[in-house]
Amino acid sequence: MAKILAVGEIAGGVLRKASRETTSVGKKLGSVSTVLIGSGAAAGAAEVAKHGADTVYVGEIATYNGEAYAKAIADLVKGKGYEVVILPHSWIGRDISSRIATLLNTGVISDATDISMDGDRVKIRKPVYSGKAFVSLIVKASPQVVTIRPNAHPIAESAGAGTVENITVDAGASKAKQVKFEAKSGSRVSLTEADIVVSGGRGIKGPENFPLIEQLADILGAGVGATRAVVDAGWCDHTLQIGQTGQTVSPKLYIAVGISGAIQHMAGMGSSKYIVAINKDADAPIFKVSTYGIVDDLFNVLPPLKEELKAALGK
Amino acid sequence: MNTLVLIKQVPDTEAKINVAAGKISEAGIKWTISPYDEIALEEAIRMKEKSGGTVTALAVGDDSVQNALRSAFAMGADNAIHVKVDGYQMLDSFGIAKAIASAIEGADYKVILAGRQGSDSDNGQVPLILATLKGWGCVSFAKKVEVSGDKAVIECEADGGEAVYESSLPVVITANAGLNEPRYPSLKGIMASKKKPIDSKPVDIGAETKIEVLGFEPPPARPAGRTIDGADAAAKAKELVKSLREEIKAI
Repeated sequence: MAKILAVGEIAGGVLRKASRETTSVGKKLGSVSTVLIGSGAAAGAAEVAKHGADTVYVGEIATYNGEAYAKAIADLVKGKGYEVVILPHSWIGRDISSRIATLLNTGVISDATDISMDGDRVKIRKPVYSGKAFVSLIVKASPQVVTIRPNAHPIAESAGAGTVENITVDAGASKAKQVKFEAKSGSRVSLTEADIVVSGGRGIKGPENFPLIEQLADILGAGVGATRAVVDAGWCDHTLQIGQTGQTVSPKLYIAVGISGAIQHMAGMGSSKYIVAINKDADAPIFKVSTYGIVDDLFNVLPPLKEELKAALGK
Repeated sequence: MNTLVLIKQVPDTEAKINVAAGKISEAGIKWTISPYDEIALEEAIRMKEKSGGTVTALAVGDDSVQNALRSAFAMGADNAIHVKVDGYQMLDSFGIAKAIASAIEGADYKVILAGRQGSDSDNGQVPLILATLKGWGCVSFAKKVEVSGDKAVIECEADGGEAVYESSLPVVITANAGLNEPRYPSLKGIMASKKKPIDSKPVDIGAETKIEVLGFEPPPARPAGRTIDGADAAAKAKELVKSLREEIKAI
């Protein structure tokens, strides 16, 4: 059975969903232990144990540092003989996965939407060319380092021992250091973790109408996204951009409002389980990938849709 | 100060991608510099215009990637290095980064810029692997870069917010959207680009390959969708909520 190290994420003592995903995937593929590095990291140990973690390595550090995180994890893999390292394809996972692989003189595969064992190799499937093709591949060197697309893999319960071991994370020798950080605070669920995402495109016509998207999202407890056109026009914050030059999301339900469905946008939301499109142009490409499509003016659809949702959800 | 820009030649984002027998068919594909790499190149040219030095563009691949290097000349690069590898594989980041490290051995670049990810693989691995191989700092997703003296100050998108990093030099920096708006090449630049010499360096990366590609396939077809019909918008909204709740149980 493959010996797997799942990399989790924790900040301010709050465990992120990504930690449950990497641990669950690790448990499915072999025996799993989890490493949590961040502020208040110890607080997450019991939680990841519920998803099968035998040992939980805990590294306390106040400020994120990619070089230090990567060195601590690579040392752990070498010292304990892990065969596979699974990270989330999050901001942190992107920043440290390639560094970890290089320190271990091995290869890395990013952003797996499917993952399975094939003998002693982890077989990965992932989209390439903006989702216009998929590729299957393996790391043929050892150990194997992979990142998995957030929200695209099931979380499973499975009791693990959860034995806590402390590790040292030291940023003293790092070449690049974070000297300032400003949180982009938002009350809404983060886009990459959200089960439902409501997203607005050029069809909303102007910044004064973006609240329509936000109101719909708030009724559903959803994340809020936008297309590049909306972001470039300054109608909402750039962090909300979904697509090739923005974030990739993989929610259970994606509601595209006034979005035509350019290939660059589809690259960021094509792996959503269900897609709803509301657009008055019946020829919009978004309808080709939609589970449900409403061909109508969004300004006529959204008001009754909000009322119907409120009634259905008891809000 | 001399700057190196890593550029990748990729299919145009609008290109149709055909898969046949587990491989990508390259027939009819229009190739271009990956969009984020254009932003990296623009940044390097602006740094040169402000503080002097040279801009060197580097591309890895077969002879066809010289087209991307000519485009970099047209935008304003001074020098171009073609790291020539046979059997180039766009997903083999470790081999590519090793080849780049070998090609720039002994050169004195203080800043290495690259796009945050190639628009073909969307991996974003090569800059980080190169920095780690060389023991340099690497700051990803930059939206503002200032180099002064022996350090770089980089504002970037970070986990859950925005951060400022300081790094010693050399440093590898990856460009995010919003760092700048790349210029169009001038006619003079395009004419001059045809005559500039490209430094071609053959590198054998066969032994450094860490990834095995099992095969490509077309994207899985999505299950057929349904148009929600109704007398008016309100009726359609009602039917949609019913379907979301009862059919797919998504809310």
